[in-house]
Amino acid sequence: MKTAESGAVVMPLYSDEDVVRLRKLVREELAALGFGIVDQTKMITAASELARNTLKYGKGGECHLGKLNESPKIGVELVFTDDGPGIEDTALALTDGYTSGGGLGLGLSGAKKLSDEFHLETRLGEGTTVTIRKWKFS
Amino acid sequence: MERIPILRMGSLLLVTIQVDMHDRLAMTLQEDLTDRIVKDRAKGVLIDISALDIVDSFIGRMISNTAAMAKILDAKTVVVGMQPAVAITLVELGLALEGVSTALNVERGIAMLAQRE
Ligand SMILES: Nc1ncnc2c1ncn2[C@@H]1O[C@H](COP(=O)(O)OP(=O)(O)OP(=O)(O)O)[C@@H](O)[C@H]1O
Ligand SMILES: [Mg+2]
Repeated sequence: MKTAESGAVVMPLYSDEDVVRLRKLVREELAALGFGIVDQTKMITAASELARNTLKYGKGGECHLGKLNESPKIGVELVFTDDGPGIEDTALALTDGYTSGGGLGLGLSGAKKLSDEFHLETRLGEGTTVTIRKWKFS
Repeated sequence: MERIPILRMGSLLLVTIQVDMHDRLAMTLQEDLTDRIVKDRAKGVLIDISALDIVDSFIGRMISNTAAMAKILDAKTVVVGMQPAVAITLVELGLALEGVSTALNVERGIAMLAQRE
């Protein structure tokens, strides 16, 4: 996957309040780019799920928010990284309803459904990076 | 500590969520509501989410849990004012708010709870 083109904004994710701040930032960025309300809501919800995973399982990390331009499409990319334990079985982690932490197990699979592109990279003992993108015709 | 206020109207409790809640705040609200159902002997709980831009799995779970507790305590929960984009996203996320009834607005929510009595 190519990385975002224009300068990414970096948001730290170490507390519940950071997750709220990220949701606000994602809303503002998508609104500024002219994304519709449904796409905004989907992307914020996906971001919220991934940010919580970064916090809860990754023991904190960050989110890079970047803009994409592949004329005639423009897009937004969110990259969540942590240097937590990693995910042993990614297929299992992506299964609807699978949770190791008493959640609903809808976060990862939900983020995949709510975004246009989803990419998961993980190494045991090193950490996890999840990238999601949303596109629109400019 | 930051808290979401809970209003009592007769045998009903009304909560209007006006801020983007972080997870601890959502947990506190769930506990406060359960306490108040018992203390106020409430028969119904109205949760107004018309100001909420998103409902993710955590807030969704908090709402379902509250409804489940309320049910055990013989009270019914109605969520009112869900924005269409939020409803669309919840369906796509696969989050069914089990045991939760929904209504368009507070008046209709009250009417729904009144029917039950
Ligand atoms: N960043 C991460 N680092 C390590 N493990 C992770 C990470 N993100 C997810 N996981 C693993 O994948 C599982 C599934 O994640 P998912 O977000 O789908 O569900 P959940 O967080 O358990 O529950 P929910 O998000 O519905 O509250 C988690 O239980 C956890 O084991
Ligand atoms: Mg999760």
